[in-house]
Amino acid sequence: MTGAVDETPRVRTLLLEADGWPGHRAGQHLDVRLTAEDGYQAERSYSIASAPGEPLAITIERLEDGEVSPYLVDEARDGDTFEVRGPIGGYFVWEDDGRPVFLVGGGSGVVPLMSMIRSSSESTPIRLLYSSRTLEDVIYRQELDARAGDRVEVFHTLTREQPPGWAGYARRIDAEMLREVAWPSAEQPHVFVCGSTRFVDVAADGLVALGYEPLSIRTERFGATGG
Amino acid sequence: MADDRRLDGNAIGGMMLELFGVEMTTATEVCRTCGTADVVARLEVYMDAPGTVVRCAHCKAVLMRIVRGPDRTWLDLSGFRSIELRSPD
Ligand SMILES: Cc1cc2nc3c(=O)[nH]c(=O)nc-3n(C[C@H](O)[C@H](O)[C@H](O)COP(=O)(O)OP(=O)(O)OC[C@H]3O[C@@H](n4cnc5c(N)ncnc54)[C@H](O)[C@@H]3O)c2cc1C
Ligand SMILES: [Zn+2]
Repeated sequence: MTGAVDETPRVRTLLLEADGWPGHRAGQHLDVRLTAEDGYQAERSYSIASAPGEPLAITIERLEDGEVSPYLVDEARDGDTFEVRGPIGGYFVWEDDGRPVFLVGGGSGVVPLMSMIRSSSESTPIRLLYSSRTLEDVIYRQELDARAGDRVEVFHTLTREQPPGWAGYARRIDAEMLREVAWPSAEQPHVFVCGSTRFVDVAADGLVALGYEPLSIRTERFGATGG
Repeated sequence: MADDRRLDGNAIGGMMLELFGVEMTTATEVCRTCGTADVVARLEVYMDAPGTVVRCAHCKAVLMRIVRGPDRTWLDLSGFRSIELRSPD
């Protein structure tokens, strides 16, 4: 570990340097293995946040009762070492071919999507629909604000609390929201959906109801995290 | 709440890479019970200790069980009719 960035009160990005790392593709993850002094091991997957070619970064959301994430968010320090395995994945991976991309993320589910946004070419249209609990919980908020424009459109929904005058969505993701934000399925966008299991199930079902071919929707479920 | 424990085949990509030596989330499997073909990334995965259970997303039949120990791995693949791996390029 070579550095850290606080993203929100519950989320931190760790910069890693891995010997022999072969490079990654946008959307891939790695596995972190922690070994306690008594030999007990715990292994968890974390998506790669950085664009291919940039220094390796992962972004972790703390689950209060979790085994691994509180350590990575609160305790790990520069110079700490742990084992990583990767890069992993060939399904939840994006190749930029210029076609429009529709990204749907819940909480820390935005992490692999951010790698895609960071690596996209100047002509690829991207829409991100991103669900967070509160404005304070929005990961990469400043960077998303800075990148948002004609080519990269960012639609936020805040499910728990909204600041005064909030102009974005203010509810959990649903079919109506997807219909308003998504490109018509006839334009054949690439679609990536990532977040908690519950979030991904709802979003994927909503897209199928809109006429998206189920096999064209690429999904990745984080379990309890990412809602 | 119970459904929070359900993951998908992306979650076993690292373990499968280690066991099979190739990227497996894009491999196509056929379920022995219902005959449906799907890619591994789209399967249902439960990683509760001590082992991992992988189910068909269509008929929920158990396809694979994996139990890892410090010096060995036990693998039950009896729920698959077949798995088609891509040759590494
Ligand atoms: C492919 C992939 C990519 C991922 N990428 C990211 C990422 O980029 N960022 C990120 O923050 N996370 C990511 N995750 C999630 C991450 O791997 C961990 O699951 C997460 O950090 C929680 O780990 P933990 O050890 O802190 O919690 P755990 O100790 O695993 O607990 C998780 C939750 O389950 C509950 N729980 C634990 N055991 C049980 C049980 N037996 N029965 C019922 N409930 C139980 C806990 O109370 C807790 O709420 C990813 C997951 C996958 C599969
Ligand atoms: Zn089946």
